[in-house]
Amino acid sequence: MPVSRGLVRFLGFVAIAVLLWNGCDRGRETNQQGGAGAMVTLHYFTWSDYVSPELIHEFEQAHGARVVVDTFSSNEELLAKLQGGASGYDVAVPSDFMVSIMAAQGMLAELDSAALPNLKALEPHLQHPAFDPTHRYAVPYLWGTVGIGYDSTVVTPPPDSWDILWDKRYRGRISMLNDQREVFGAVLRSMGQSMNTTDPTVIEAAKHKLIAQKPLVKTYASEHYDQLLASGDVVLAQGWGGQVARAMRDRPSIRYVVPKEGGTIWADCLVVLRTSPNKALAMQFINFLIDARVAARTSERLLFAASNREARAWISRDILENPAVYPPAELIPRMEWMGDVGKVMRTYDRAWTELKMQ
Amino acid sequence: MRGQGIWLQSISGLGIAFLYLPIIVLVVFSFNASRLSATWQGFSWHWYGVLWHDEALLAAAANSLWVAVLSTSLVVLLGVPAAMGLERLRGRGRQALETIFLLPLVLPEVMMGVALLLFFVMIHWPLSLATVVVGHAAFNLPVVIVMVRARLQKLDPRLEEAASDLGASAWQTFYRVTWPLVRPAVLGAALLAFTISLDDFIVTFFVAGPGATTLPLKVYSMIKSGLSPEINALSSVLVLASMGLVGLSLMFQRR
Repeated sequence: MPVSRGLVRFLGFVAIAVLLWNGCDRGRETNQQGGAGAMVTLHYFTWSDYVSPELIHEFEQAHGARVVVDTFSSNEELLAKLQGGASGYDVAVPSDFMVSIMAAQGMLAELDSAALPNLKALEPHLQHPAFDPTHRYAVPYLWGTVGIGYDSTVVTPPPDSWDILWDKRYRGRISMLNDQREVFGAVLRSMGQSMNTTDPTVIEAAKHKLIAQKPLVKTYASEHYDQLLASGDVVLAQGWGGQVARAMRDRPSIRYVVPKEGGTIWADCLVVLRTSPNKALAMQFINFLIDARVAARTSERLLFAASNREARAWISRDILENPAVYPPAELIPRMEWMGDVGKVMRTYDRAWTELKMQ
Repeated sequence: MRGQGIWLQSISGLGIAFLYLPIIVLVVFSFNASRLSATWQGFSWHWYGVLWHDEALLAAAANSLWVAVLSTSLVVLLGVPAAMGLERLRGRGRQALETIFLLPLVLPEVMMGVALLLFFVMIHWPLSLATVVVGHAAFNLPVVIVMVRARLQKLDPRLEEAASDLGASAWQTFYRVTWPLVRPAVLGAALLAFTISLDDFIVTFFVAGPGATTLPLKVYSMIKSGLSPEINALSSVLVLASMGLVGLSLMFQRR
């Protein structure tokens, strides 16, 4: 009977290994929770680089807690992770439109405004944002705009309209975001339309305008256009302000403009997840992050605007006056939040695919 | 004949260049003084310094190492007996078990990742570093089985028979005869599994939970917030480490 003996022995090995493993793991879990002086661990799920270690240490010391940071690279990744059943995260940072989606799916815990005194100091235009007007689920954290980064030594006179991206003089030196909604947003605003339009004929017209632009476009890039700008490979780039502001450090002749037709305004928001085991501490963490001085430090480092208006007092002047970080106040009413377009998304999808296949 | 040789050489030269040029460029630019990865502004160790002080990155590296060590131990513990069991089985059961064990090798990793995620959710095992370890063990198990079996097949069965003949118990035979003979293959397999685990992105992406950001996941999310030569520096370190481990693994197998 050598067959069954071998098999039995093998199965025995498997069983022992599984038991051992299980045991080890249990031990580890209890260690994490019970041991180390019953220190609470807060799991913060955020964009890479969004939080500096010094700030985390400050919070840890002030509250006697441990903060573990995990990072994601897109809103879709964040959603997929949570839908897939990842639980244990306490605080996450979805963008405006993703807040609506996550709230609709019941993923978010209601915020306790009494625990968030810093909520009172939000910038006026963030006090009642369309995606969550009463801050039931989300607190704006960092915000900014999508506009045009350009090299002021090449592009003269300074552009003030999206139309510059259709200027044949800059053929092959233009980059657009590799982001369907943003690219359509720019062209729709240049046509005087809402970037959340659901009218198929308008979307069709926008598509034709984009197809006409395509020969001028060097690349559709969402990640490295700041490098392309800084190295001079492109002289006009549709992009997020913060990233263009970072390119300015490498090439001082780079400027940023929010076109007069308006563009996207975005805000990354702090939310507490419904499955969070430490909701009270999570609120304290959010309140800490939107504190004027803390937010100002984050803002200066990342070159995104802080949601707390009092943070302006702590931010250096050249950053406050940089339109790539803080857009001029008179432009804010012209900015538009990216909204959910429902089933029309398919029309956008198709138009985008057609553009990319041209 | 001579002409043919030159052709062969140049084609293999091109092949090697195709494989290694991007890596060489990556390593060279990790020494770039400029923040831009497109322009060269002189030699500098700066980015290695930045890397060394990047807490988040080092934490991710520590996670990766833990996962690699634990998952490798797990697959060795499971894989070696599995390989020996398979070797001794006869008949239909062997064929069926072989297929079952080797399937993960040909299964697309994405499917593997989704399947593992669904499984963990189904059994209510919260995603954490532990689920990553189990996930890595799942795809590394066939690797170990294949490599250890290759060695077992070459063993002379008469050695074990002789040992039993001379009165050794089953365990004694294993410790004194079989194990020393397969050990190089086991070490080689373990090092390979370690390397694969260290580099894995897809399965990790699906099964990582809070506090389980591994190095590849971290690097991916860094690219989004703007490239910097810090990533080049990190990649260079990883390339070096991976090469070292693969080299070691080859050395053990040759022995």
